Formats: sequence, structure tokens, C-alpha cells
Amino acid sequence: MKHRMRALAWACAVALTLCACKREQRAFEQSPSPTELALKSGISLPSSTPTAKPSGSYEETAYAIAQGKQLFNWFNCSGCHSHGGGGIGPPLMDDKWIYGHEPGEIFATIVEGRPNGMPSFRGRLDDSQVWQLVAYVRSMSALVRRDAIAGRDDGIQKGKPEQRRSRAEPQNSSEAPAQ
Amino acid sequence: MPAIAAMSTRNAWLALWAACISISAAAAGGDWPMVAKDYANTRYSELGEISVANAANLKLAFTFSTGVLRGHEAAPLVVDSVMYIVTPYPNYLYALDLSKPGAPPKWKYEPKPLAFAQGMACCDVVNRGVAYANGRIFMNTLDNHTVAVDAKTGKELWRTRLGDVALGESMTMAPLVVKDKVLVGNSGGEFGVRGWLAALDATSGKIVWRAYSTGPDNEALIGQEFRPFYSQDQGKDLGVSSWPPEAWRIGGGAVWGFVSYDEKLNLIYYGTSNPSPWNPEQRPGDNKWTSGIFARNPDTGAARWFYQTSPHDLHDYDGINENVLFDLPTAGGSRPALIHPDRNGYLYVVDRATGEVISALPYAHITTSHGVDIASGRLQYAQDKEPKAGKVIRTICPSSSGGKDWQPSAYSPKTGWLYLSIQNLCQDMEATKANYIAGTPFVGSEQKMYTGPGGNRGEFAAWEPVEGRKKWSIPEKFPVWSGALVTAGDVVFYGTMEGWFKAVDARTGALLWRFKTGSGIVGQPISYLGPDGKQYVAVLSGVGGWAGSVVSAGIDTRDSTAALGFANAMRDLPSETGMGGMLYVFALP
Repeated sequence: MKHRMRALAWACAVALTLCACKREQRAFEQSPSPTELALKSGISLPSSTPTAKPSGSYEETAYAIAQGKQLFNWFNCSGCHSHGGGGIGPPLMDDKWIYGHEPGEIFATIVEGRPNGMPSFRGRLDDSQVWQLVAYVRSMSALVRRDAIAGRDDGIQKGKPEQRRSRAEPQNSSEAPAQ
Repeated sequence: MPAIAAMSTRNAWLALWAACISISAAAAGGDWPMVAKDYANTRYSELGEISVANAANLKLAFTFSTGVLRGHEAAPLVVDSVMYIVTPYPNYLYALDLSKPGAPPKWKYEPKPLAFAQGMACCDVVNRGVAYANGRIFMNTLDNHTVAVDAKTGKELWRTRLGDVALGESMTMAPLVVKDKVLVGNSGGEFGVRGWLAALDATSGKIVWRAYSTGPDNEALIGQEFRPFYSQDQGKDLGVSSWPPEAWRIGGGAVWGFVSYDEKLNLIYYGTSNPSPWNPEQRPGDNKWTSGIFARNPDTGAARWFYQTSPHDLHDYDGINENVLFDLPTAGGSRPALIHPDRNGYLYVVDRATGEVISALPYAHITTSHGVDIASGRLQYAQDKEPKAGKVIRTICPSSSGGKDWQPSAYSPKTGWLYLSIQNLCQDMEATKANYIAGTPFVGSEQKMYTGPGGNRGEFAAWEPVEGRKKWSIPEKFPVWSGALVTAGDVVFYGTMEGWFKAVDARTGALLWRFKTGSGIVGQPISYLGPDGKQYVAVLSGVGGWAGSVVSAGIDTRDSTAALGFANAMRDLPSETGMGGMLYVFALP
């Protein structure tokens, strides 16, 4: 009995460890997206079309989300959106999305900008960086895989770290309303 | 037919009567022709019908909805029986006909600013008012245009573009007309703009001069006439040498406060904003000519003197607060002076001819400095409150919003006291690396504000400027973000962020009357003589601005650093008031 319990515990631990591996998985070779190719070739794409399919791997990787968090500060996103609570720009930690919460929609918002004051970051970030940002932005309202979300903050305490926030189910999502 | 003829004769008589009244009203100072009432920026109304004895009877006379729901920080103007109001973005300009019952709109002008400009307004998309001169209204739009509008018809006469939204510039201040020039300045100290004040020809809209707040002397219009009082302000091109190389190009010093004017000395006075970025480690040096007061010749823009209230500003203390001109009584007579309650917590009395500091005394709780050295004019910083990267500095008082922010004080020549709105907030602050990307914030600081000692976040007080002390003080739950008005009836008016519009006794501070408006008040109250010969008091209600953006911009207060840290101090405001945009006008029955 005791042995069986121990074996079970081991099995669980191994299973958990294996599961957790994915959260740390990093993709080193990303195939360039249409936006990236367009940037390189100097061709501009028609605006407001999400240029690529949402990339699941970013949202499932702690590394990508952490990188996104760093970029969020470095590229002054935090200057307008603070750390999710908003200011000059709208909050990003709540359930309201003006231009959509889907990864592709957020991608388009960052690359194209939006008319009420959101500047375009086209040419300042490559596609994988934008996806990292998208993953972080969605992590602010816990829309991504929870165990990949940042569990702590460096610097001044700002409130609950992203991982400890409850998921904010987006309002006005593109899905059909419940009948 | 006879009936109609009789009517028109009667109307003509009424019109003539109204015209006579309005002329006498203007002569008696019954109009409110500029945001601060007069060039000295006193916000003192000579009208005395509403007094300490009868203010309790004040009743609502009429209201008007502006159709906009952001922070209404403007003062209405009243000229020749017409009231002019400007709204936050999209900057509607209304003319209301005060000679008709209920004051219906005469016309509405829409400048249609770029929607994109909303992303360049650090602290809500506000506008602080318009200016009137010779049948024209002058206004600034959020997207950096100064516009002249015909006061009779509401038709646009000229429009001049002064700044670039793509560089993070915006315009929120109220213009001032001096002689034939319209004086306007930019906003954007949180975006690394280069600050300036410009003079436009009132007839054509052409730029006559532009004085930058940073950079070489010829661009700051510093030349032969410049005679600063203190040695640290004397020298060549200090606007370059007091910065790291090239940093002055993105160094802030925006001009978004009020301008005052002394006709006798022919000098204008205004403050310059904080240096950019907030993180002081990225800009060693005094960072001239930011966070200080300029005196300039309005004809040429030539600087006469400059005094830096916060050299190498450490805490976004800015310098844009109003300069109220008054004559300081002395043993031998009087001395031309100005009162400047600065964000750094000191109330300065400065000789307005020379720029010499006569006194600088704390009016708010201060931990960031130990006083102002009168001999050198220098603020004595507390070294342990200097923001550092990677370290949270606690109990910084006042907070970045200051002991008082932009909300203008009023001065009564009758009592000789200044009436001012005060904030009682402190903050924790951590410097971070700021990266300059044109058109995005250039701040480099995280902070969260909280209530200062005593538990009240705001205060409204009377200050006696000769001895330099508070005569009375009213604690308020929230920061007082409205301007002040004082009248010859010894009644002082101000509004609270919950929405109370209050009348208090100018000598004792005793509450005489209050009225709950629909939204929090962050506007500037005014008083005028109506065409019916009665005294009116008007104020815009519509919470917002930096302090009220928690409501007007829908801030999520779970993030303490939201709205540049103001969110942390205003978590309970949404449960006390909602968005609004309404003019309220009161009179005695």
C-alpha cells in the first residue's frame, strides 16, 4: 500500500514536470509572417487585417509572455496603459475590448495603431515581438494559459501579479451570443 | 397688424434697455472677459449682490448640457450678455444668449480636432478655456490649432497649426490676449515635447514670436533684456549646458498653465512644466528653463527674468501654477509682487519686476525638501527622497500632482487673502529607464499616490500673503481640483470632486450654501452681472482631469500605478460620482 502510494506520487510528479516543460518551451525558428516579409520588402499591407493566425505557442510559453512584459515597458505601452489599469489609454486588465480581444485583433492594433490615439508600432518591432506583446496583453486579464503567466512583479508593487488575477471573460466577444 | 407693430416697438425698447444694462454691466466689471477675470489673474468679482448675509438663498437659475463627458476644467466667459463655453475634446465652443429666458444657444462651433490627439493628452482630454477680444473668441484645440471665431456668428476667422501630434504635443491651456497678440502654449511634458509659448497676431493668426523653454538663448528669446535675479540663471545658453548633450530637444518645459500680465511693467508671467522624462537620473543638470517662472516682454517675447522653483525637478513638480499679481504692502508703501503657489508645496511671493523671491513658505505637507534658501533662491532638496532606478522611495510628499496642481486660486483685494485649492497626497515612487519614442509617453517613473497626514485628501484654504500663514482651512475628502472665485460680497466659491458647489465666508471659511451638481466639479467658477441686472455665479460640472480620470477615463484601480499613480488615491471616487458635462448657473431669487 505504502509502495503503491509512493509510486503514484512519483508518477504524478513526473507527469506534472513533463506538463510544465511546455510552459518553458521556446521556439527559436519562427517562419516570417506576411507582415515581416512586407516590412523587409518595403511593401505595405492593407490596414486593419490581422496579418497572421494567432500563434498558440506564444500564449503557452512563459518565456514569450515574460518577454512581452518587458517589451510592454520598453516600448512605452505602460506609459498609456499603465500596468493594465490604463490612463491615457484604456485599461487592459478588464473585460472590455474596444478593438477586439482575439490575438489577431490585438496584433493588428499594435501594428496598425487605432484612430483614437493608439500609435502604430509598425517597423519598431518584428512579428515575434508583437506576438510576445499580444501574449502578455492577454495575460493581463488571464486569457492565456495560467501557469505560463508572470507570477511576480519586479519593482514597485502595483497590485496582484497577473497570475493571481481571475480571468476576465471578454465582453462583446466575436462569438455568437448564447441562445 | 397694429398688434404686431406694438410688439416690435416693445421689443425694440426691450433691446435698447438690455443694451444699456449690458453697457453699464461691462463698465462696472460685470462681465467675465478672460478665464482669470483680469490680467492680474485675481478671479475677483466686484459684484456684491450675493453676500455673506444672503448666499444661503442662492437658487439654480438655468443649466446647459455640453454633450461631452470628460473633465470640464474650463471657465465660462461672459461678454455683452453672451456666455462662451468650451468643452473637453472634441472642443465644442458654445455661445449662450443670456438675454433670453433659459439662455438658449446662439451658435455652436465645432473645430473637429484629430481623434488621434486623444492619445497625446497625459491627464484627460481637457481644455481650460477661451479668450475674448474685439469681437473674437480665441481657442486652442487638443490637436494643436489656435482658432479665432467671430463672437457674433460663430464662424471661423482663422486657424493656425502650432504643434505636432506625432511628437506628443497637444494644447489644453486658455489663451490670453495682450494688445494685438494671442498668447498660447503647448502641453506634453509627459511625451518629451519641447515646450514653448507663442504669440499670434490676433487679426491674421500669424506667429509673431515663439519662445522655447529649452535650448540655445536665441530660441529661448534670451538676450540683452534678460536680467535674472539669481546667479545660477545668469550665463550663456544655459538651456543647453544644463542638460546632457541634446537632451534639451526632448526636455519638456511645456506651457499649459495660465498667463498673467502687468500693463505698467509691460511684462507677462507664466510657468514652465516639468522636464522630460520624470526620471531625474537621465537628465543630470538644472534642466533650464523647466519648472520655473518666466517674465517676458509681450511685444517681442524677450525674456526679462526667470526663476526656477524646482531646479532639476525630481518629482514632476512642474512650474505651471498660476501667478497672481498683487501689490505687497511694505513699510515704505508697496512692492509689485506675484503669488505663486507651486506644486512643490511652497507658496512663493516674488518681486515681479526683478524676479527676487521675497518669501517661500510651505502651504502643504512637504518631505521632499527642507525649504527655500532665500539668499540663493534654491530649493533645498531632501536627498533621501530623490527617485532612484531600482529602488522604491517612499513617503514623497507632496505627490507628483503637488500641494496644488493647475487649479487656479483667487485673490481678494478686500481681504488681501488668497483662496486656494489644496491636495494632501503623498506617493511611493520608483525611477525606471525611459525610452524616447516620438508620440509615446516619456516618463520613466512608476508611482502610487495615497492620502497624506490627517486623512483628508483635499483642503480649501485662505492664505494671508504678507505674514505668510493660513487664516482658515476646510478639509475635503477628495483633492480639491476646481478653481476658486471670490467676490466683493466676501463670498468664496469652489467645487468638490463629489459634485458639491460651495459658497463659504471669505473671512471665516464658514459654509454658507452648497448645491449638489450632477458630476464632480473640476472647473473654474465665475460671476457676472446678467442683462437683468442680477449677479450670477456659473460653474461647469463634469469630473475628470488627472485626479478625476479614474471616472472619466474608466481607469481600473486594481492597478495602483494607473493614471500615473493617481488611481491608487482615488479608488472610491467612482462610487461617489459619475461622468458629466453640465453648466450650472445660480442667482438669488
